[in-house]
Amino acid sequence: MAGSLGVPRARGLAAFLARAVQTRGAGFGLVVVAAVLLVAVGADLIAPYNPNQPQGVGVLAAPGFPHWLGTDQLGRDVLSRIIYGTRTSVQAGVVSVGFAMFVGGSIGLLAGYYGGWMDDVLTLVVDALWSFPTLVLALAVAASLGPGLTNAMLAIGIVFTPVFARLVRGQTLSVRERDFVMAARAIGARPGRIMLRHIWPNVTAPIIVQTSLLVASAIVVEAALSFLGLGIEPPTSSWGSMLKVGYQYMQQAPWLSFAPGVAIFVTVLAFNLLGDGLRRALDPRLWQQGQS
Amino acid sequence: MVRNGYAGDALREYLLRRLLYFIPVLFLVTVVTFSIALLLPGDPALAYIGEANMRDKVMYESMRKELGLDQPIPVQYAKLVGRVLRGDFGRSIRTREPALEGLLARFPVTLHLTAMAMVVALLIAVPVGILSAVRPNSNADKAGTMLAMSGAAVPDFWLGIMLIYVFSVWLKVLPPSGYVPASQGLWPSSLSMLLPSISLGMALSAVVMRQLRSALIEVLQQEYVMVARAKGLREALVVGRHALKNALIPVVTVIGLQTGRLFGGAVVVETIFALPGLGRLAADSIFFRDFPMLQGVVLILALAVLLANLFTDFLYAFLDPRIRYR
Repeated sequence: MAGSLGVPRARGLAAFLARAVQTRGAGFGLVVVAAVLLVAVGADLIAPYNPNQPQGVGVLAAPGFPHWLGTDQLGRDVLSRIIYGTRTSVQAGVVSVGFAMFVGGSIGLLAGYYGGWMDDVLTLVVDALWSFPTLVLALAVAASLGPGLTNAMLAIGIVFTPVFARLVRGQTLSVRERDFVMAARAIGARPGRIMLRHIWPNVTAPIIVQTSLLVASAIVVEAALSFLGLGIEPPTSSWGSMLKVGYQYMQQAPWLSFAPGVAIFVTVLAFNLLGDGLRRALDPRLWQQGQS
Repeated sequence: MVRNGYAGDALREYLLRRLLYFIPVLFLVTVVTFSIALLLPGDPALAYIGEANMRDKVMYESMRKELGLDQPIPVQYAKLVGRVLRGDFGRSIRTREPALEGLLARFPVTLHLTAMAMVVALLIAVPVGILSAVRPNSNADKAGTMLAMSGAAVPDFWLGIMLIYVFSVWLKVLPPSGYVPASQGLWPSSLSMLLPSISLGMALSAVVMRQLRSALIEVLQQEYVMVARAKGLREALVVGRHALKNALIPVVTVIGLQTGRLFGGAVVVETIFALPGLGRLAADSIFFRDFPMLQGVVLILALAVLLANLFTDFLYAFLDPRIRYR
């Protein structure tokens, strides 16, 4: 293991991940995240009913048998909609954070590696984007792009871009002067190759931590956008749009807002716990502080 | 003396640099806001004249001219900046009133909400954070950590819905929504803000709690704290008078940097609790395609975050002497 930043590939990365999930919290996080991913992928096999099909028991049926979580205002099975909603949430979290990582990571690498005017300009743009309250910017961008999951994901991706840009820039600045980068430069390697083959692998560890934490945030922002009517369009289910319906029928059917809320809470908690475990594995000081 | 003079100069230079940097960032913020408004679907001129006059070409053209939409985009942008600098944010499409009036009427509500959310966050975070730090890995610490993890994971809008259900629908002890202005008494006003501020403050309390815990643990291991203990000082005094002061420095920074998150959260929380603040205005403006209002809200909230970050930087420079000697 090379220093606190560097995580050599193969065995080093495996050891890092193993150390990350050593605590009970992070282990729980990993198990739940794996389960959530499985549900998202296998929603068609797991869901007991068609999520968009009204069921025979009528509308707003209370939880029981055979509809464990009841039915919604259109008589659709809530459990099936939660299961399909997992797919929406995971997709929103992973795609938007992937976009932010790609764009933000590129900005950070360029700004950190080249420095000078390029660093000044890119940092300025990133700082300007950073000044907007997350949800307000996501809301405004999503509104200007129009409703729909793809646009919501793009909006969230743009909002999270500064996080990766700042992180990667900082890491690049510290790695850029290390001997192996100097050596690569001395043997005439091109800047693109140095950035991707020598610098990027050495900044991935803090990025893995940030990714786990940001996927959690992205799931919440997507739910908030859907709650406000700017995320996914009906009839496709999402936890946020289900919460919106639950809020409207709070007096008659409180269970409608309970189930999607718990789904968001548990998923976000799991990603946060996993992210924390990864962070602790990176920073030896945190080991001494226990479950910080 | 010489050293202090040098430190003062360094601090002044740092603050001046920070202040100067504020200008280009603010410029880019206006560009982003303008671009968002430009991209919003729908024709603003059509929105102003209304559907009834849709076919009146003369009226449509004169409205486009009045709004400056017939001019090139850079000119439109320059005019917008000029107007905003004079305090003119345009007219609301929905109410036809100057947007600035609407913005100023809503700002105190959001400020009240975010301030109360911060108080709620501190009331939870400070005692729990201290308790966790003085007994690391104890049961109390584990419970505190669990509370922080849960607080960070619970979406503010879901917490709001659950609080309404428990306290308004079930127990019927608090109103589910609505705002009592501060002019009608501070107590009823704060009471109407209680549930919204708990919803909004919970996530912040988690962040502050964790930051305070780790900062305090680090400070408590330092030599000057050991000296205080060795002198026989009571633990409460060691923590309260000596350690806490230094541990609070990073906490202040974290609170300052969370302002954006609070303003963002205000959008959904104000919508759920029907509070007439800037957040709900943003959501309503999108719904009604009221782009001058949306532009105003986004700009004012971004400016508020920028100022809060600037203030945090200044405060940090004053609180932490190491910054001055850099």
